[in-house]
Amino acid sequence: MANIVQFEDVGLRYPASDADTLSAINFTLASGGFYFLTGQSGAGKTSLLKLIYLAQRPTHGVIRLFGEDAGALPRKRLPGFRRRIGVVFQDFRLVPHLSAFDNIALPLRLSGVPESDVEAPVREMLAWVGLSERSDAPPPTLSGGEQQRIAIARAVIGRPEILVADEPTGNVDPDMAARLLHLFESLNRLGTTVVVATHDFHLLGRIQNAHMMRIEAGRLLDPTGALRNPPKAPVA
Amino acid sequence: MFSTAADRRVLDDRRGTRAMTWIMAIMLFLTVLAAALGLGTVNAADALDRQLAGRLTVQVVSADPAVRDRDTRAVLAALRGMPAVSRADPVDSARLTEMLRPWLGDASTDADVPLPSLIDVDLSVPSEEATARVAAGVRATAASARVDSQSRWLSPVADFMRTLIYAAAALVLLMAAATTAVVLLAARAGLETHRDTIAILHMLGSTDVQVARLFQRRIALDTMVGGVIGTLAAMLAIWAVTGQMAGLGSQLLSGGVLTRGDWVLLALLPLIFALVATLAARIAVLGRLRQVQ
Repeated sequence: MANIVQFEDVGLRYPASDADTLSAINFTLASGGFYFLTGQSGAGKTSLLKLIYLAQRPTHGVIRLFGEDAGALPRKRLPGFRRRIGVVFQDFRLVPHLSAFDNIALPLRLSGVPESDVEAPVREMLAWVGLSERSDAPPPTLSGGEQQRIAIARAVIGRPEILVADEPTGNVDPDMAARLLHLFESLNRLGTTVVVATHDFHLLGRIQNAHMMRIEAGRLLDPTGALRNPPKAPVA
Repeated sequence: MFSTAADRRVLDDRRGTRAMTWIMAIMLFLTVLAAALGLGTVNAADALDRQLAGRLTVQVVSADPAVRDRDTRAVLAALRGMPAVSRADPVDSARLTEMLRPWLGDASTDADVPLPSLIDVDLSVPSEEATARVAAGVRATAASARVDSQSRWLSPVADFMRTLIYAAAALVLLMAAATTAVVLLAARAGLETHRDTIAILHMLGSTDVQVARLFQRRIALDTMVGGVIGTLAAMLAIWAVTGQMAGLGSQLLSGGVLTRGDWVLLALLPLIFALVATLAARIAVLGRLRQVQ
């Protein structure tokens, strides 16, 4: 399989910080792979995901995305790349004054999908995440779990080439977590590369042939993929 | 691309106070009044030019009534024989006496008061050269006669009207500049208000132009709605003032009545301002977005 994401000696330091958040990150993600990114809070998982979904540029090193140097992309090319990446943000980042329906429809509308072709897939996604009855509800009136499901529906509705999910099951019950993971797996089978950052070690064993990347103190452990088929017990 | 309805929902209307609509209504109200003043003054100046162009008054000034009458007849005959003159008529002495009564009182009818004889002259083709030729001919006929161009008498009025036209044009331009400034401020404030939403849109793959269009449409709509309200109110005020001007019976003021073309131009002002506002919003939003990642 071709590499869809490639990190070469990537480092990241935030302007207000006097230490690197990420350093010497090297790994590749194969197109169509399923990856878990684990690590303790503050280890750098979210920062690493931000580099993948182009919310952040690396301080040094090279990130190749879809075969191109993402760090050298001119601003005007970023939207095209971002539309190929679905993101489930840790804080959901839903537009608070838009209904659940309109939030899910955003990627389609931004991509220029005609309004007549928006309703059916959005209704389908709402049904998939079990929120058909709440389609008109604005996010502030939804529970945390419901908002998370809307965020996931919004991330996957455009059939992205890469799905990046930051703690996507953190606010849902185990049944819904399993169901959402099944959705990710289905997308993965259709060719989407999935990267899931999670604390939940119970999820790790549920996806056959998933790869696991572990990050500690800003450094990626075992980037060679030896931790494929993750352990049953949490890694200390 | 967003549909119009979906587009309106993306920027939260409830968070905006819609003050923009009323600001634009006031701006357009003042702009239309200024423009109407300018257009009306242009019309009045044109009417004045038409009325005075090529009109001369010949005065025959002599203390001796017999000499005055003789010279008047000679000048009149000479004028009527000139090809440059299309009409030459003596001003009725009774009318002249009546015109002078406010200044001279009963003395205007006193035979001892040496009132000049006046002859109204229309030139066939108004020009400086024709005026000079006629003046030379008149002086050659009677040394006591002198020629006055009516447009020269009213040149201070014409100058004042030109100043009014320039002032009105400057006011319209100032209002357009102020509108642009208001739009720039509103666009920047809107970007700040909707910063989180814009960040989400960017992360989902929105282009700067798509975001700019959301603001453009909103500001264009506010400007258009406010502009139409302000323009209609101004037009009503102008219509009322025009009616009062007609009642004054002044030739100069009635010449300043707006034409149908003027009304159409005034009615187009909200559209022109909406286009200016749209362009200003686009430039402001794109400029600001380029500064963020």
